[in-house]
Amino acid sequence: MSERVGLRGRAWFQTLTGKNKPLTGDPGSVLVSNNLLGNETSLFLCVVPNPESRFPCVRDGQVGLEEAYTLATRVREAIAEDRDKPKAEKRPIIAIVDVKSQAYGRREETAGIFLAAATAADAYASARMAGHPVISLVAGHAFSGGFLTHGYQANRILAFDDAGIVIHAMHKEAAARITRRSVAELERLGHEIAPMSYDVKDYAKLGLLYKLLHVENPLQPTASEVETVKQSLMEAIQDARAGSTDLGNRLESDAAKQTRKASIAVRALLEAQWQNA
Amino acid sequence: MSTSEIFPAFVNRKSFIELDGRARAQSLFDEGTAKELVGPFDRVESPWLAIQGVTPQADDGCIVIKGKIGGLSAVVVSLEGAFQGGSIGEVSGAKMTAALDLATKDSEAGKKTAAVLLLETGGVRLQEANLGLAAIAEVISSILALRQHAPVITVVAGTVGCFGGMSLAAGVSSYVVMTKEARLGLNGPEVIEQESGIDEFDASDRALIWAIHGGEQRVGMGEADALVEDDADKIASAIRGYVQAGPPSEHRSEQVKLYRDRIAALDTSKQIDPISLRQKWNGNDTTGGAR
Repeated sequence: MSERVGLRGRAWFQTLTGKNKPLTGDPGSVLVSNNLLGNETSLFLCVVPNPESRFPCVRDGQVGLEEAYTLATRVREAIAEDRDKPKAEKRPIIAIVDVKSQAYGRREETAGIFLAAATAADAYASARMAGHPVISLVAGHAFSGGFLTHGYQANRILAFDDAGIVIHAMHKEAAARITRRSVAELERLGHEIAPMSYDVKDYAKLGLLYKLLHVENPLQPTASEVETVKQSLMEAIQDARAGSTDLGNRLESDAAKQTRKASIAVRALLEAQWQNA
Repeated sequence: MSTSEIFPAFVNRKSFIELDGRARAQSLFDEGTAKELVGPFDRVESPWLAIQGVTPQADDGCIVIKGKIGGLSAVVVSLEGAFQGGSIGEVSGAKMTAALDLATKDSEAGKKTAAVLLLETGGVRLQEANLGLAAIAEVISSILALRQHAPVITVVAGTVGCFGGMSLAAGVSSYVVMTKEARLGLNGPEVIEQESGIDEFDASDRALIWAIHGGEQRVGMGEADALVEDDADKIASAIRGYVQAGPPSEHRSEQVKLYRDRIAALDTSKQIDPISLRQKWNGNDTTGGAR
């Protein structure tokens, strides 16, 4: 937890693409590359900290206006380029996720960051609905609006399984304040109540993940670990292609059937009543 | 206009904001067509609140009503701002997603069904944290699926406003209707003050908050479509118009280049004056129409 957010994202982008620079015209905080994964060209995207950003509230790896519109632009380019290809040939889109949060800034609110975030979520979801396999690899932090903007519209989500992975709606301190609890109490509740937990192993119980992966040191993976991660990404791509283009699979795993019972029950009841309304 | 003319108009106006979530939803339908689905008597409550000492509610603060609007099939999903701040939990989120998906299914089968989302919400319900966040991702996905066939109309009337992840739901909607009292943004002022300090945003400065997040500004910027008075008849009529119109040829959240270029042209060396930005982007046009 003490390591800086964004280092893992950059490390894995570099590992998987061999690149480390933004495309011409893009901000320093968004890395994008079309690269081979196995024998198939895939689009890789990652948001990284840019200490020199002209927006002060994104410098630590938050997702802000430029980040969201850049992601949307690059994903939509891939959709447009592959428009006439059959579904089986539409290029996979891999979001490497290590984001602190959305940007908490006045400039951002004034210029409508909600809409910027919406365009990125729209682009990822549109890619998925058009038949692109969209895969998220959570390599570090995946917080709140940052994750909604970059990664949460994927067909399949993979995550590393170590203590450096945090997937959550709000940082511990802020969540404690707002729910009028101490951080210690919040941590205790997390152990009992899976959706509250900051531990990725509890997150896995929600049934939203395709797979947990173990890498001994995610900042310096070994060659065989990199190979395993690549294989897992390729399996996820095949699995996504074989499945539906909506997010229905998130309710189909054994873990989801256990933890998201209420979601499944609501859907069934609403459907039954809908027919007669 | 004399006071004898103004007062009756004001007194006879039926406020929309003063209605609760259920009454708001009911007020939008053609008479006798509204039917609530998975209502409070079905007692589908959040399974996560009682174990944390929070009293659940029999509809989880989310009201789903199906019926006809202007003679056309529609479903209204209304968040009750008075229950847990309209926050999205597992059940309320699943109700919204399921309603959108069923509308999509009917639309695909030839029975076009519009969705109207009455959003009064701070976003994720923190007691259900990750399931709330996941539910919002699914809501966004389901809006995007439906809007290919039928319009998804978001209404932010106030007074809670629409914040957090659900502001993305507004962002991907076909149309957004707001009142002057309503606010729309990703981060509420308190959250910004907490995360970035009071110099970044003074959450007690109400004039600043409405200058940035208020309905007049959002519509004036072209980030929402219609500014409507707090009057139930006028809001219902605006919604009927959009249901009738169908989805726009291009949705706002698809217009990436327009907005990316606008952001590129921003001077970020200091805070941005909301009024000047509105004039630059959309020339003070509070009737909307950026597209």
